[in-house]
Amino acid sequence: MTRPAEPLSARLARRVNTVIAILTLVFLAAPVLAIVPLSFSAGSFLTYPLPGLSLRWYSDFLSSPLWTRALGTSLLLGAGTTLAATTLGTLAALGLANSRLRLRGVLMALIVSPMIVPVVVLAVGMTFVFSAAGLTNSLLGLLLAHTTLAVPFVVITVTATLSGFDPGLLRAAASLGAPPLAAFRRVVLPLIAPGLLSGAVFAFATSFDEVVLALFLSGPAQMTLPKQMFLSLRETISPTLLAAAVLMTLVSTSLLLAIELLRRRSARLRGGER
Amino acid sequence: MAADATTALRRRLMRAERRARWRAFALVAPLLGFLAFTFAVPLASMLWRAVADPELGAALPRTAALLRAWNGAGMPSDTVFAAATEELARAAQDKAAGLLAKRLNYEEPGYRTLILKTANRLSPPFAQGPRAAMEAIDPRWGERAIWLAMRRAAAPVTGFYLLAALDLQQGEQGVVAVPAERAIFRIVLGRTLGIAAATTAACLALGFPVALLLARAPPRRAGLLMLLVLLPFWTPLLVRIAAWIVLLQEHGVINDTLTGLGLTGQPLPLLYSRSAVLIAMTHVLLPYMILPLYSVMRSIPPVYLRAAASLGAPPFAAFRRVFLPQCLPGIAAGSLLVFILAIGYYITPALVGGAADQMISSQIAFYTIGTANWGMAAALSAVLLAATLILYAAYARLAGIGVLRLG
Repeated sequence: MTRPAEPLSARLARRVNTVIAILTLVFLAAPVLAIVPLSFSAGSFLTYPLPGLSLRWYSDFLSSPLWTRALGTSLLLGAGTTLAATTLGTLAALGLANSRLRLRGVLMALIVSPMIVPVVVLAVGMTFVFSAAGLTNSLLGLLLAHTTLAVPFVVITVTATLSGFDPGLLRAAASLGAPPLAAFRRVVLPLIAPGLLSGAVFAFATSFDEVVLALFLSGPAQMTLPKQMFLSLRETISPTLLAAAVLMTLVSTSLLLAIELLRRRSARLRGGER
Repeated sequence: MAADATTALRRRLMRAERRARWRAFALVAPLLGFLAFTFAVPLASMLWRAVADPELGAALPRTAALLRAWNGAGMPSDTVFAAATEELARAAQDKAAGLLAKRLNYEEPGYRTLILKTANRLSPPFAQGPRAAMEAIDPRWGERAIWLAMRRAAAPVTGFYLLAALDLQQGEQGVVAVPAERAIFRIVLGRTLGIAAATTAACLALGFPVALLLARAPPRRAGLLMLLVLLPFWTPLLVRIAAWIVLLQEHGVINDTLTGLGLTGQPLPLLYSRSAVLIAMTHVLLPYMILPLYSVMRSIPPVYLRAAASLGAPPFAAFRRVFLPQCLPGIAAGSLLVFILAIGYYITPALVGGAADQMISSQIAFYTIGTANWGMAAALSAVLLAATLILYAAYARLAGIGVLRLG
């Protein structure tokens, strides 16, 4: 059986839509792709055609204490944020999954609200409170701030993996003699692992890409990679900055791939797509 | 007997239930405690700062109390002058006097120097009395205006900053607009809403075709195309901005190509302009439009369109009257989401925009980090927060909570 032929106008409309969509996808992808070759340029002008290829801007990046220190700070901060947000968020998600808990909706709304409030507004409030508490110009203060932004992602992703969780499994484990902690480790943890890990990845990415709170709360001693990029971009854009940008993108896109793989694994564990 | 056993069992069950409830709460409590300190208290303190007026009370406590009791008619009594001279002279070496001078300068430019000068020059005893001493330093102390300003600043809370955030002020007969040459915030607010609206429109115009293409593509290809949408989504914000700077700057990729092809004689001023802000913001926010649109379109059964066609509807009519109405929740959710995110933007306009393209967040940053006028920063934040929450309430009705930023 063949479907009736579409009228010409409909085919034309479809074509036009496809063309606009493809151009938009190019618009989305091209700018970032365009800077990748420039970071490998042998010259120092950020334009095409390239005079030749070299790794000099990457070695420049890696030999500049300014950039490597910022990279180190960002990695440390990202790791700390991931640890804190994943721990706090997973515990909370486990508690929220219990249907006996009162006001679950309200608590959930409260916990995800840092995602809604504009970061600048949050940064102002944190500046007031953290400066009174002596937490500005400190890595700890920045860690607390980043964890606040990152924790909703963990709660949401872990809650999602818990949504199909059958509490009967825990009762089964208990009736077979498993102590609660063992039941958690061997029954709950494997099931929520994909959500926990993708929450952790989101948490790291949030911290690794965060610049507003860093600008408001941190001092020169806590220079993060995004803050360093922001300050450099205000002055002038250098090929070394592009090398830093490409390295950052590499980290982020590997994280995206990790998330995608985890999502698939989680879907498989829960028996197909919801 | 049986009844007793039932009661005992019920009681034990209730106790177990209560224990389980507490255990669940104990799991959530650490995060709640954490967010109380890093989120709730900061927002509350921000809102308090937007209305708090502590400077006069801190610098001149007795004068403040007397001014609060004064009805504002005529000139304040000599008791007020006596208290003011005594406290001002004592405050001269104090940090509080500087803060007060700064606070009063918001009421009327020039009051800063008036306060500091007076505080420095007053030295008791005052032979002709305190009032004459003050007027000798500056005749403005003999006028009512400064005392009315001081009286306004004496109240523990003030609407001053919130009014100023909307370019309003407390005049002698109620609230009036500030003089046109000092009215900046309404322009910035209007600009913020305008840029957000234009960005939303651009995202919708570009995002709708992409979502449609994705929704109609076979699953495998849709997944691949979706990766093209998610890839820029996951590229760090500053990297994307750096990319746009490379493309748009004076000797950037676009200008070099245009001049190389002989299309323009000299480089076009693309960067640090309104169009650069709109292009970069559209680029950054486009995925937030595509994702909700796509998920709504995906859920529309193609059967409906076929049914419309079999009932004789021409394709355009079927699209407009069957498909489009069902997309509306997605359109509304995506547009609100993009608009909400856009009105809070700071980094993108700061890096690719010019001075006339800065949005409200940049004013907030200026008053927080730049001049440390925390009252003004807090009031502008409160305005931005209120706008965001109103829009978010609409969004939550359409799309539910928790989907923001995750797609």
